[in-house]
Amino acid sequence: MEILSLLGDGFAVALTPQNLFLALMGCFLGTLMGALPGLGPANGVAILIPIAFSLGLGPTPSLILLTSVYYGAMYGGRISSILLNIPGDEPAMMTCLDGYPMALQGKAGEALSLSGIASFVGAFVATCGLVVLAPQLVKIALLFGPAEYFVLFTVAFATLGGITSTNQAKSAFAAALGLGIAMIGSDSQTGSQRFTFDHIHLYDGIDFLIAIVGLFALSEVFIFLEQHNSSAAAKSGPPKIGRILPDFKILKRCVPSITRGTALGFFAGVLPGAGASLGSFLAYSLEKQTVDRKGETFGKGDPRGVAAPEAGNNAASGGALVPMLALGVPGSGTTAVLLAVLLQLNITPGPLLFTKNPDVVWGLIAALFIGNFMLLAMNIPLVGLFTRVLLVPTRILMPVVAMISFVGIYSITGSTFDVMLMVGFGVAGWVLRKLEIPLVPVILGILLGNQMEVNLRRAMTISDGDWSTLVGSPLAIILWIIAIAGFVLPMFYGRRMKARMEASRNEDEFIGD
Amino acid sequence: MSDRIFGGFGLLLAIFYIWAASIIKDSFMVDVVGPRAFPYMVGTVLAVCSIYFIFRPDNEPAWPTFRKFTEILFATAVMLLYAWMLPEVGFLISTVFATAYLTWRLGTQPLWALVTGVATSGGIYIVFHLILGLSLAKGPLGF
Repeated sequence: MEILSLLGDGFAVALTPQNLFLALMGCFLGTLMGALPGLGPANGVAILIPIAFSLGLGPTPSLILLTSVYYGAMYGGRISSILLNIPGDEPAMMTCLDGYPMALQGKAGEALSLSGIASFVGAFVATCGLVVLAPQLVKIALLFGPAEYFVLFTVAFATLGGITSTNQAKSAFAAALGLGIAMIGSDSQTGSQRFTFDHIHLYDGIDFLIAIVGLFALSEVFIFLEQHNSSAAAKSGPPKIGRILPDFKILKRCVPSITRGTALGFFAGVLPGAGASLGSFLAYSLEKQTVDRKGETFGKGDPRGVAAPEAGNNAASGGALVPMLALGVPGSGTTAVLLAVLLQLNITPGPLLFTKNPDVVWGLIAALFIGNFMLLAMNIPLVGLFTRVLLVPTRILMPVVAMISFVGIYSITGSTFDVMLMVGFGVAGWVLRKLEIPLVPVILGILLGNQMEVNLRRAMTISDGDWSTLVGSPLAIILWIIAIAGFVLPMFYGRRMKARMEASRNEDEFIGD
Repeated sequence: MSDRIFGGFGLLLAIFYIWAASIIKDSFMVDVVGPRAFPYMVGTVLAVCSIYFIFRPDNEPAWPTFRKFTEILFATAVMLLYAWMLPEVGFLISTVFATAYLTWRLGTQPLWALVTGVATSGGIYIVFHLILGLSLAKGPLGF
């Protein structure tokens, strides 16, 4: 019952007027960003981080704001999937399959409210799962020494390519690139200058916020510049929404789908390197296998095909917070960005976070519960508000996104050099995405590089230079096995999974979830 | 072919990285591993992956046409110029032009692009500077 009292304290933190207001703002902005195609959770949060810091928000308020954005984006993604057949973000891809046909049949309102309820159930159960599972994981993590931590970081990089990765060399290259960038600056252990070439701007290293905003947000602008057609796309506007509340009968029919989707999604979220896209994909395919073996109704506007993936992706987004908070090792793009928030605030994520800053963790979790109810309210009765935002053309939206990125970075660094560096990262991000080199490992490398090295060197100092300490405990050996399996298995299954996922969706490029 | 070129570039980068790691000076503090070991490991992974790209390239990505290429090049130049001009002419003025350029290139009529630029610049200034109190670049005119 210790957990309940901690959660109670958390609610006391979350229920202050300032934090409630931030949660509300976060949920609203998140839904907005999720709904707008081209702005997903990862770049949405990335743009807001520097702004949250320039505002001088403390750790708990910043985290509440940014995680609410993350949850909100997961809700919002479905809006444009259903209305326009364009997923607002990657995890909402599967929702197009049955959501858009429903909209064409004039049942857009039903699809929106049904998926809103499914999102709510998924996210709510996942947040409960986070409450139960994270403290258990912390107990295991407290047994970790520096050597185990080094291996744990290796696991994070090895599995980050994910089961859908077709070319593991590209994930590994991306991770090494990130780690390499993290090494720039003065060495934390001995103070030697590394890779600075006596350039004064590099003495403190490269701020990861610059890399994140450049790679995620600006590269999106370049992708859009490249892909847009000067001939204006068909401007029909969102179709009519129709009645907002679903039939009670339909809702009842969807309960098993939502349950299955939630369970699978949460599981996919907790696993390293899986994330919300896989969660919604698994939920949709399992649902199709279970209730529609012959393929008669799925893909033609079956409400269960909307409910299952939405429950799945929201449950996965909650599940993905478990390893990020408990171990300090994120498994997806957006949780990596959230990790950047913690690092920027000088809070070491991982088991110590739970013992040293319980108010941060539990305040955040309580805020997620509250945010979830706010999101339910925003996404069902007020959904009409967000559908109108979809009318803003991307050609106006994208430059605004770029400018807000510039404002954020300039306001925290105040340096022209850093802003130019961000443009450089934006171009690099565009090239890497063209070459299908994933960006999330780059970010994670920049974020975790120094910690990974520090742990390696500490382990070596303890063992007095004996490298076998890295395989010196059963825990470390188990972690090595997970790392190797996570890296090798996709070489055999990756292509097949990817082909299946791509067969069921259009070919848009996304950063990740 | 793109992957091969990229592999070659990656290999050069890895060699440069390892060379740059080898010239890291020791400081008066020492530990068992030293400041060079981890960068060597990172450099090795970079090199191995690059060699893999050279021998087993993926399918050719869809590169943009030459016109789109110059489009991106110019956008980059405008953004760099924007960063450089920020402290010179201030946030409001430079943002109007940078936004207008991008909006124009994304297919808006020039006049409307300028209107969008003014609206974006003013909007950001009001929301982020006047309401939220962020520090934006100040030009000689004070905004």
